Formats: sequence, C-alpha cells, structure tokens
Amino acid sequence: MTMITKRVEVFRRYWPLLEQLVMKDIKLKYRRSFLGYLWSILNPLMIMGIMMLIFSNMFRFDIDNYPVYLIIGQTIYNFVSESTNQAMWSITGNAALMKKTYVPKYIFTLSRITSSFVNMVFALGAMIIVFFVCRVKFTAFMLFIPVILAQVYLFALGLGLFLAQGTVFFRDIQYIYSACLTAWMYATPIFYPISQLPERLAWLIKHVNPLYSYITQFRVIVLEGAFPDGRLILYGSAMSLLMLGAGSWVFMKTQDKFILYI
Amino acid sequence: MNKNENYAVQVEHAVVRFNMASERIDNLKEYFVKLMKGELMFKEFLALQDVSFQVKKGEAWGIIGTNGSGKSTLLKLICGILKPFKGKVEICGSIAPLIELGAGFDGDLTARENIFLNGAVLGYNKYFMQKHFDEIVDFAELWNFLDMPIKNYSSGMAARLGFAIATMVRPDILICDEVLAVGDYAFQQKCERRMSEMRKQGTTLLYVSHSMDSVKSVCDHALWLDHGVVKMEGDVGLVGDAYMEMLR
Repeated sequence: MTMITKRVEVFRRYWPLLEQLVMKDIKLKYRRSFLGYLWSILNPLMIMGIMMLIFSNMFRFDIDNYPVYLIIGQTIYNFVSESTNQAMWSITGNAALMKKTYVPKYIFTLSRITSSFVNMVFALGAMIIVFFVCRVKFTAFMLFIPVILAQVYLFALGLGLFLAQGTVFFRDIQYIYSACLTAWMYATPIFYPISQLPERLAWLIKHVNPLYSYITQFRVIVLEGAFPDGRLILYGSAMSLLMLGAGSWVFMKTQDKFILYI
Repeated sequence: MNKNENYAVQVEHAVVRFNMASERIDNLKEYFVKLMKGELMFKEFLALQDVSFQVKKGEAWGIIGTNGSGKSTLLKLICGILKPFKGKVEICGSIAPLIELGAGFDGDLTARENIFLNGAVLGYNKYFMQKHFDEIVDFAELWNFLDMPIKNYSSGMAARLGFAIATMVRPDILICDEVLAVGDYAFQQKCERRMSEMRKQGTTLLYVSHSMDSVKSVCDHALWLDHGVVKMEGDVGLVGDAYMEMLR
C-alpha cells in the first residue's frame, strides 16, 4: 500500500514535467512550418485523398461511405504506429538527461505516447470534416468514442513501454518492429473489408489483432449508427489492460539497468 | 545504524558495479554469440567499493580524488541515478543535482521555454517557476537572449542559466559536479557567493572540483576517494593537504 501511495506521490511531483514534455513535442513538431498545427488536419486529409484515389480506381471494394471507412482505420492505425515508434526511442533519446539527474523513466515514454495522442485528437478534426462531407448522421452513440480512444491509448502505452525498454538493450528491435508494423498494417482491415478475407484468416485477425476491435467499434458507431457488440468492447479493453500490465511490468523490472546501457 | 534526522545523506557500505564488457552489447546477434561463449557477465568493475560516510545537515563536503576515482559515481548514487549493487543510501530532503549544467535543456527550445522545462525536471510546477522567473534571468544575466534557442548559446551562457535555475529552487541538498569550470571568473565568484549564501540558510552541499582552493573556500569537510575506496575523510584542511601531498 505504501508502495502505491509513494508511486502516486512521485507521479504527482513529476506531473509538470509530463506537461512540459508533451508541450515541447507539440510545439517543436510544427515550429518553422508555415501552416503549423493546420498540418495535423491537412496531412490526414491528403493521405486519405490519395488512398481513396488508389482504392476506388485501382482496387475496388464494395464499401458504403468509403472515405469514412478509410479515415477511421487510418487514424487509429497511424496513432498506434507513430506513437509506438516514438516511444521506442524515448529512453535512449533522453539518455543525456537520465545520466545527469533523477527522473522517473516512464515519464519519457508516457510523454511520447501522450503527445502522439494529442496529435491524433487534432486529426479528429480532419475526420469530422469527412463526416460532414459524407453526411454521416451524428448520434448519441458517438459519446462512446472517447472510451474507444482510451482503449487505444492504453494499448499503445503498454506496447510503447515494452518497446522502449527493449530498445535500450537491443537496438535490433527497431528493424524487427518496422517489419512487424508493415505486416500489422496489412493484417488490419484499414482499406479492405474483413469479409473479403478467407474465413480462417478473418477469424485469426478478429482474435489476435486488437486494432481490429478498436477500429470496428469506431466504425459501427459512425457508419451503422449502432452501439458496438459488447464482446468487442470487452475484448478491446481486456487487450489494452493486458498490454499495459505486461509492458509496465517488464519496464519496472529492467529500468534500474537502463543507466548501464544508455 | 538507525535513521537519524540529523543526517542529510547516509551512505552505508555502498558498492556500485559496472559490467565492463569490452564493447557494449546492444544487438541480438552479439548477445547470443556472447551468451554461447559464456562471456556475458564477465569482467565486472567495481566503481565504488564499500563506501560509507555520513553528512550532517548543513555541512559542506568536498569530494576529491584523481580522475576515475569514483567521485561522479558517488554523486550519481546519492542523486538516485544509479542504484547501489550492495549497501544502502539514505537521503533526507530534496536534492538539486548539478552534475552537468543544463542537462535538462532542449536545444530547439528558447531559453524562456527551457526555464520551465528544466524546472519541471527538478520537480517544480509552472506557477513556482513563473514566480521565480525574473530572479533566474537576473542571476543568469540573460535578459537579451531569452527568446533565442538554447542551441545557439555558448556553453558558458547555458551553464549560467542552468546554475541559476538549480540554485533558485532552494534545495535541501545541492550537488555540484565540476560544473563551474565553464563560467568566466566573475561568474564563478558569483556562484561561490550564491553557494555560501545557501549554506547560511542551511543547505547541505556536496561539491566536486579539481581546484583545491575552491574546495577549501567552499567546504568544511572533505572525502578523498581513491579507486573507489575512501582513503581519508574529515576536516577539509587535513584531507586536502594529505591529498596534495600525495599528488606531489
């Protein structure tokens, strides 16, 4: 019990640092760019436009409201891929600081994931524009979207913690992970409907790929105007808590050794 | 030894171990090759061996010794950056580490933004930093360069800002590792004045410097480390003279 209160105490003491680090990432991301924060909205729109051109001319899928379908999958996947890639370097990248002063190490990983999350919240602006253009009906079910985002956030945080500690000891992880991310992108129904896959593959994706759960929850709400299946929500939340638990456990186990390797 | 409130720092039989692998192993292939050969945890190196000492509140200790004698390791141990392999370290009060000035600076941010960032690294919130903002910039004498990115600062300017921030926060324990060497003479004098001012208010000081005059003027006690072992401790005059004698 004292252990937990101590942890909370430390976290509260370093809350301003978390705030500062997140602000720093956001400020620096667009410093010296002419349009600044607007890029957070423009960039997803541009990528969505290109993907739409490709997939409605070169490969055709029979999906209603394809732009909406696409941008939801793309936003969620991009957040997970960008945030974990950033988090992977959060410990090694702040080595100078960690060698010179004591700071709880998870703060750096947490701040990376959080700044990517803030960036995704900006990107929701692009999504809303697409919703308006495609005449999506706004329903009360949409109030559930923050819960979906929270699931994705915790999942990414767990994965980020795991990658961050791994990278300290083995720099190989970056290459392995970038290959994994490509595989993961194709194994997630971002631009194709899952019904198009062979049954066994579809079953596999539904049961081992948590991104499927998050994206589908989101799409059901927006495209069908219905509340997602309870099992889907349960599975998605369980996966994110599991990932967070596993990631933090490994991180805590190894963090005292970081200083000898960075 | 029981925990005594009179002590700011208690180090008991501390051992710090490094794995001095001939090169760093940070990829999987090498890891497995070394694992197969049974070479993973070989050559261990003890940076500190069975170091014990106590610092009472309000004392100022100079830590002296040749290069590689474990001075910085000891300071890092006290700050909590390193964990002891064996032994115990107990700290009573808040610490401001000045192991390298401006370690918490981000080169792309302006000085103004960095003041808040560095304050947060030391565990202080924005309101506290806002309140002391003017005082910090006054001390660092950097009013004209506030909105310039730190990467364009000279090392002396960055050091001034770092020192100003770290000493502004009024820690219970101040740890200084060879940081004033980059500042010019006038600024070094100013820093020494600031340190003795803080000492009068009860701040405990741990100070590493190769300049024996500086140690003697700032500290009242000294600890002489030699290859990770305490060679001598006690009054700064006695220890300092013995150390200088050895060097000669």
